[in-house]
Amino acid sequence: MMDDQIVRITSRLVAPFIQLYGIYIILHGHLSPGGGFSGGAIFGASLVLIALSFNLEAGIKQISHQTASVLESGGALGFALTGLVAIAFGGNYLANRSAGFPLGEAGQFFSSGAILVITVFVGIKVASTITTLFYNIIEKEEPLGNHKQTD
Amino acid sequence: MTDILNILLLLFLIVCAVAVAHIRDLLSAVILFSAFGLIMAIIWQQLGAPDIAMVEAALGTGVAALLLIAAISKTKRAE
Repeated sequence: MMDDQIVRITSRLVAPFIQLYGIYIILHGHLSPGGGFSGGAIFGASLVLIALSFNLEAGIKQISHQTASVLESGGALGFALTGLVAIAFGGNYLANRSAGFPLGEAGQFFSSGAILVITVFVGIKVASTITTLFYNIIEKEEPLGNHKQTD
Repeated sequence: MTDILNILLLLFLIVCAVAVAHIRDLLSAVILFSAFGLIMAIIWQQLGAPDIAMVEAALGTGVAALLLIAAISKTKRAE
C-alpha cells in the first residue's frame, strides 16, 4: 500500500518485539497491569502494522481473513466453555476456586486458576477482532473466502 | 515538578484537540489525532491507571490511526 522503504524496514524490525510484548502482557495479566484486552490490542496492532506497511498479501500471509474470523469466534467460544467447565465441576458460571481449579502460591505465574485461561482466550479474541476489522476496511468488495484463489 | 509536566501535557492535549478539528488536510488530522492519543496515554499513566494507558497507547494511538489511514487510502485525502 505505502511503498516506503524506511517504513517497511522499521516495521519489520519492530513487529516481533511488539508481538512479544503483547504476549507478555496477556500471560502476566493476573500479576501486573494489563491483561487480555490490552495485550490483545497490542498484538493485533502489530499484525495490522505489517499489513499496512508492506501490503495486504504480506498481512494475509501472517494470518488470513478466514483464520482471523475463526479465531475471533473461537476466543469467545473458549471463554464461554471455560465458564461451563466450572459449572461441570460444581461451581457457578466462571467460578474459579469454588469449582476446584488449582490455585498455586500467590505471586507465582500459575497462581490464578482459570483466570489465565480466560485471559488467553480474551487476548486471542481481541487480537483477531482488530485484524478482521482492518481486513474488512481495506479489502475490495468481494465475498469472504475468495482469498484462497488469489494466494 | 510533576505538576508542571501535567499542565504542559494538558495544554498540549487541548492544542491537539483544537487543531484536529480545524485542520483541512485529513492525513494531518489523523496524525494530530494520533499525537492526541499518545499524550492522553501519558496522562492516564500520570493519573495512576497504567492498564488504561496501555490500551490507549495501543488502540487510540496505533489501531485507530491505522484504520483512519486505511479509510483515507480508500477515499480522498482532501476534505
